[in-house]
Amino acid sequence: MDIFNAIIQVLDSTIRLSVPLLLACLAGLYSERAGIFDIGLEGKMLVGAFAGASAAAVFHSALIGLGTAVLISVAFALVHGFASITHRGNQIVSGVAINFIAAGSTIILGQAWFQQGGRTPALQPGERFEAIIWPGADAIRDVPIIGPIYAELISGHSILVYFAFAMVPFTWWVLFRTRFGLRMRAVGENPAAVDTAGISVAWLRYRALICTGILTGVAGAYLSMVQNGGFVKDMTAGKGYIALAALIFAKWKPVNAMFACLLFGFLDAASIRLQGSPLPLVGKVPAQFMQALPYVLTVILLAGFIGKAIPPRAGGVPYVKER
Amino acid sequence: MAQAAIELVGINKSFGAVRANRDINLEVARGTIHGIVGENGAGKSTLMSILYGFYQADSGEIRVGGKPVSINTSNDAIALGIGMVHQHFMLVDNFTVLENIILGAENDALLKSSIAKARSELERLEREYGLEVDPDAVIEELPVGLQQRVEILKALYRGAEILILDEPTGVLTPAEADHLFRILKQLKDQGKTIVLITHKLREIMAITDTVSVMRQGTMVATRVTKETTVGELAELMVGRRVLLRVEKGQSEAGAVKLSVKNLTVKDSRGVTMVDNVSFDVRGGEIVGIAGVAGNGQSELLEAISGIRQAVSGEVMLDGKPIDLTGKADPGELRDRGLAHVPEDRHHVGLVLAFEENENSILGYHDDERYLKGPFLNIDAIMADAKEKIEKYDIRPANPRLKTANFSGGNQQKIVLAREMEQDPGVLIVGQPTRGVDVGAIEFIHKRLIAMRDQGKAVLVVSVELDEIRSLSDRILVMFAGRVVGERGPDATEGELGLLMAGVEHQEAAE
Repeated sequence: MDIFNAIIQVLDSTIRLSVPLLLACLAGLYSERAGIFDIGLEGKMLVGAFAGASAAAVFHSALIGLGTAVLISVAFALVHGFASITHRGNQIVSGVAINFIAAGSTIILGQAWFQQGGRTPALQPGERFEAIIWPGADAIRDVPIIGPIYAELISGHSILVYFAFAMVPFTWWVLFRTRFGLRMRAVGENPAAVDTAGISVAWLRYRALICTGILTGVAGAYLSMVQNGGFVKDMTAGKGYIALAALIFAKWKPVNAMFACLLFGFLDAASIRLQGSPLPLVGKVPAQFMQALPYVLTVILLAGFIGKAIPPRAGGVPYVKER
Repeated sequence: MAQAAIELVGINKSFGAVRANRDINLEVARGTIHGIVGENGAGKSTLMSILYGFYQADSGEIRVGGKPVSINTSNDAIALGIGMVHQHFMLVDNFTVLENIILGAENDALLKSSIAKARSELERLEREYGLEVDPDAVIEELPVGLQQRVEILKALYRGAEILILDEPTGVLTPAEADHLFRILKQLKDQGKTIVLITHKLREIMAITDTVSVMRQGTMVATRVTKETTVGELAELMVGRRVLLRVEKGQSEAGAVKLSVKNLTVKDSRGVTMVDNVSFDVRGGEIVGIAGVAGNGQSELLEAISGIRQAVSGEVMLDGKPIDLTGKADPGELRDRGLAHVPEDRHHVGLVLAFEENENSILGYHDDERYLKGPFLNIDAIMADAKEKIEKYDIRPANPRLKTANFSGGNQQKIVLAREMEQDPGVLIVGQPTRGVDVGAIEFIHKRLIAMRDQGKAVLVVSVELDEIRSLSDRILVMFAGRVVGERGPDATEGELGLLMAGVEHQEAAE
């Protein structure tokens, strides 16, 4: 039973660790499907995390925190749009700039406002999103197998976790069942076709970026208001980049994205769990090795196992009317 | 005459310094097929893009069904019943036919009802016009002929009464083209108005009712198709430019320097553009290749200069074979004494953002003369550039000036100076005087004749018939990828015009 409990614990933390990746990955999916590469997921998550924790601490409300996180993150997404859609700038450069601005400004503003070395004040109950205990979770906790699965894995997460997983089918539905999704996919593949059909390429891409901003904002809020009780500098720690890797790995498809993020989350959870304890056959493995595994895995799987990942064809190319 | 479906009055459009359309007037009657012919770059596509709201005219008026309208976006054009089939299809390759059809013409925010409507509408269009296509097929898996059909269906689905087709047969096989023409005739019988843009005169004669000819941004003539001939249209298209005839002596042709045998070249779409072409160029002669633009001359030049891989054929340079179907590259050809002045100096001949002196050695920058150890020898390069500037009268005489700031004629001289001063055995020149002022034309022609008199083999490709006649010792005419005739320098314009239009070629084939 110990092994079973250990597995449940690892899976439980897999879910928790996957959520920011999943939100960021879906965020990237919106912008990249619309033909805008977004390397600035990391930065937008970070400003979201900072804005969320700050507002929640100041206004003593988790909801205001979440709203602020989304607002600021969308604002950064619009800056990326202004540079790369309106002014046809290089999308990578713009994204990198956003990451730098986010990393620097969160520390400076955090220190200026709260004087805690770049941290925000620790959030009190009511300022964070609490775990939701599903009905009957405690009652059946002791039922073998089903009990722990229900009580640990399904019940007992914050609302943002359920939101993240609900976004997977929702995003699929938007992409493949709505007019906005059809046009968004088209503009990422052949913006000229969208333009000649009488649809504004720029407005469509801006809307996709707003979706990106909302999701990275929620991802940031999750980091600073659920996973942690406040903002810590550089707390995204490369999750935006792993999300991008997951997006490529998932071939820009929402359901695949969920599995990719769960896999990366699992590797992360396993690396924490196995830290210091020897593995069978190989012995003790350095923690850095496990942390590098998601990236190594992406390279290996992309190189040979999942077939060619074809990005949206117009990705990264500013649209210029010409013939 | 039936009521006009479209009238264009005094349309002007410039792109920077280039006047793509000047004072265009055009009237297309309802329920007819109207052809617009002209060479590449004559301004046909620009004009139609204005009509479709892709560009806005600088001045002028558009009337649809007699009423003045303003078309600022493609949406306006679609709302007025104008549909366009673009030369490069405006389709999303990994979408299905249905998804492409409804894109931009959806009923509401959800796709379900749009897809159902499009499916039944496609069935109706299929019944009425015989436009069969599998609605669930993915575009990139369809042959180009069917992709084009989807484009037509897209326009009809949006209720187009006026259909513009931009070079529709460029990507089609002859059988597909014939099928397209049957469809167009059927659309016309149902009362649709069709504007067909092309540079292929055969198509104009085959299906249009009236035809307008464009040349260098102006509308030079409109004719009733039945009352005109291919010869007349060809002459109108190519035009007669006033050109000073450069004095030249009799050529003294020597040994064969460049020999091309059975060369076949396909373009990037896989369409055969050069079809089994053979010819020789001897030292001391200028061979000119005439033809309406788009008949394979560009691809021929690209293949011989090593830019484009040939499918098959043998080419001998100075009696030694070069493998154009495989490894040969422009650098190797240069080393073996073949210099090339490309047709498109902006994209192929020059790097416009570079300084003049850099462009004047580009491609020869590995030459020892310009190197000091592993580094460029700036002094030598500048001295060399100054020498060329003086010899070729390049103005302004500033080797440090950015190349983009030179006029077209001077840019062309920079390329010519670079290639000619390498003292090549064979010189290939594409469009030697395109976009070049009259003074520079004369200078360039004189240099080319001087090359010939030094015993070099010169191959000139030009769409300017006068230029070909004035320079060449022998004239080859290309049509539809083949050399359809060879004439002396005293061939008449009419005679060459007929060859260029493929008339004799077709008669021989029939």
